[in-house]
Amino acid sequence: MTVAPGLPADAAPAVIRLTGVNKSFGPVHANRGASLTVAPGEIHALVGENGAGKSTLMRVLSGMYQLDEGTIEVNGRDVTGWNTAQAIAAGVGMVHQHFMLVPTLTVAENIVLGRELTRRGQLDRRRAEQAVSELCVRTGLVVAPDRLVGDLSVGEAQRVEILKTLYRGARILILDEPTAVLSPPEVDELWQVLARMRDDGGTVVLITHKLDEVMEISNTVTVMRHGETVGRVATSQTSPAELARMMVGRDVNLAGSAAPASMPAARADHRHALEVRELTVPDSRRTRAVDAVSFTIAPGEILGIAGVEGNGQTELVEALAGLRRASSGAILLDARDITHLSVRARGDAGLSHVPEDRQARGLILDYSIAHNLVLGQQHRFSRHGTLDEARIARNAADQIARFDIRPTDGSVPARTLSGGNQQKIVIARELGRDFKVLLAAQPTRGVDVGAIEFIHAQLRAARAAGKAVLLVSADLTEVLALADRIAVMYGGRFVALLPRAAANEEVLGAYMTGASGKAA
Amino acid sequence: MSAPAALPSTGDRVRSPWRTQLEEALLPAVVALLIALIVGDVLIVAYGQSPGAVYRLLLEGTWGNAYGLGQVLYKTTTLTFTGLAVAIGLQAGLFNIGAESQLAAGGFAAAVVGTLLPPGLPSLVVLPLFIVAAAAGGGLLGGAAGVLKSRWGAHEVITTIMLNFIGLALLNYLTIAHFKVFDTLHTAEIRSGAVARLSALFPAFHGSAANFVLLLALVTVAAAWWYLFRSRAGFELRAVGLQPAAAEYGGVSVSGVWWRAMLISGAVAGVGGLNFVLGYKHYYEDGFAGGAGFLGIAVAIVGRNNPIGVVLAALLFGTLSQGGLAVNALVPKQMVDVLQAVVIIAVVTSVPEVRRLLRSARRGGRGS
Repeated sequence: MTVAPGLPADAAPAVIRLTGVNKSFGPVHANRGASLTVAPGEIHALVGENGAGKSTLMRVLSGMYQLDEGTIEVNGRDVTGWNTAQAIAAGVGMVHQHFMLVPTLTVAENIVLGRELTRRGQLDRRRAEQAVSELCVRTGLVVAPDRLVGDLSVGEAQRVEILKTLYRGARILILDEPTAVLSPPEVDELWQVLARMRDDGGTVVLITHKLDEVMEISNTVTVMRHGETVGRVATSQTSPAELARMMVGRDVNLAGSAAPASMPAARADHRHALEVRELTVPDSRRTRAVDAVSFTIAPGEILGIAGVEGNGQTELVEALAGLRRASSGAILLDARDITHLSVRARGDAGLSHVPEDRQARGLILDYSIAHNLVLGQQHRFSRHGTLDEARIARNAADQIARFDIRPTDGSVPARTLSGGNQQKIVIARELGRDFKVLLAAQPTRGVDVGAIEFIHAQLRAARAAGKAVLLVSADLTEVLALADRIAVMYGGRFVALLPRAAANEEVLGAYMTGASGKAA
Repeated sequence: MSAPAALPSTGDRVRSPWRTQLEEALLPAVVALLIALIVGDVLIVAYGQSPGAVYRLLLEGTWGNAYGLGQVLYKTTTLTFTGLAVAIGLQAGLFNIGAESQLAAGGFAAAVVGTLLPPGLPSLVVLPLFIVAAAAGGGLLGGAAGVLKSRWGAHEVITTIMLNFIGLALLNYLTIAHFKVFDTLHTAEIRSGAVARLSALFPAFHGSAANFVLLLALVTVAAAWWYLFRSRAGFELRAVGLQPAAAEYGGVSVSGVWWRAMLISGAVAGVGGLNFVLGYKHYYEDGFAGGAGFLGIAVAIVGRNNPIGVVLAALLFGTLSQGGLAVNALVPKQMVDVLQAVVIIAVVTSVPEVRRLLRSARRGGRGS
């Protein structure tokens, strides 16, 4: 079914026209008769819940996936079934959620990769850097061409991805969740760049979950649900509430309107569930990624860590989880020293961990949902060295129902699930068992409104149940909505540690950029 | 092939995993074989022979008579062990190129134990001793590569290749300097523990080397399947092979899995040496591995690292190896070597394509 209420889709001229797109992965129907019409010179937001099929549809458009049924038209030409090379040649470029850059090459080398400027068979580095500098100036995306990509922050790496796509002559730019990894100022910069592109006659398709972004930057919105296109509206004619309703199919309590978070923190119980003393973690370049950080979390408390990515949050969480060695300091869980315990022993001691990169760490993508739901717990789900498949299946049925994981068949490989449902597996596994302390790193990254609401509710429920939660998030709204106390990490240190009542976006933002550099 | 439409979903769920697995394991191999046949046709015609005559000879010399079949089974037995060894390594993300020397070391260790035993002991009683010796011989070489990787990060492809040279040269030296029977290149005969030929039970196999180590191979296949897909250790081993970072997050010691997987891989290859030593010649002979270790890589790849697939692939390559001898009268034996290589290339290239077609056919059959 290709019903698209709202704007009459075929009235205006279109640069992109997708009709009746069907695309399946095994038993999972990612797109079912999805359609999309994009007018020239607009920023078009493509929104929908996890697993609504947005990324799939855009990968079909950019030639990465072959569709099962349907047609693709670009600039009035039928290009159904084209490949990425043809798409790039026609000016269609996609910037992915997961970057595809070579860390050991420079910015300029990455950008010209595949279209190198050569002189006598050798790479002409000077000309490449010059070309990239010009492109930076023209687009407003500033990044030094001679830096190694491995040294860049996530936000800078994303700029390189966009530059790479533009360098190849993209006039239709598709961005998949571009703001998931950016700090607020970086987001603003990105909007300026996209607006400039649009004003120059380019076309942007923006996949996002964040409705405030849709309202701020887009001209037109297409909403998808369960693989189908459920609506296409002009942004000026709609509201976040209406969009959320279209996405989910019911009324949603948006994060912004959530009740104030602060609960009576640190209850009568004065024990610390987690105590970290002077923890120092070296990084690969022998500098200190985490520099003598100390803090405590009480049972029934959420400690939020805000900060621009790359300021030691990742290393802190990995050191707490046992995945990275600390060079000095101590970690106490429920007054027990776990500094030198293995990952498994920490888990047994009551530590749960939602890792920031679910695709690399949190899941074995080729394992079934059921097996992923016991990852890290496999020793509890086996007897005499044999996996207890019956118990694993029962556990899966329970967790799938409790955490609303879709599809509901536990034997399906995790790879075929949408990002949000993959994250639900991780959440189900880490919160659905007995634990005392939860490390939640970017728990809602790349996850849609419905799932964010759900995950936030789970974190609040954990607090209510007396668990201690360390929440690391690049999303300030999230930290402010959930945390009882908020620390800001900058350069490997806590530069601020404030009660929720004393924190707001402006205060935190200042600390995040290092502007208020006073150590707490 | 395609599932009947409108099947009740529960029934579909019960049977589909097995069917799916079987179809996806078998069909690509069949397609690859067809491609190899076509290439073979071209080669044979180019050589001035009739493909029909050559293939007839190949079949007659292998499956066409009991002796040929026995020889096929004998070769299949060794290839099953080496194929399993490589497959177990690959499941852990490790490429064991050392099955050749591990196979030889296993055979040598068993032969030495056999010469030390008093004569006349019942085979079934001493068999465990031989298995342990052979596993230790192969496991020593495989485990060494594993420890080099776990402890110092040395790449297993490099170390196993080098250990092939070291291991085979060392075995050659030990045999010639200390263990050989005068005027030969082999050790003395084992005094106990010889395993009966198949012909003891089925006289038709008379003269062929096929022996009851074949049963040990099948038991090993079942054990490997259980280990990889049903045991906790296998769950962790495959996790390391698929996503080391996620395995580490899941509390698995990645370096521990590395050395254990290489140890097991080497041990399984080593046990393969019993086929020659206990079942066929009853002594260790320099060079008996004869490429079966290297062919194990092909067996594992064609068998898609699945123990069941490995048996079938071993049967295929066992047939081709024996068939090469059978067709020697019409075309050079190397023709069959080329065919083996074509099978491997065809499998590696056709697997994804055939699976894709299978899946879309299945979707069509279900009527969504």
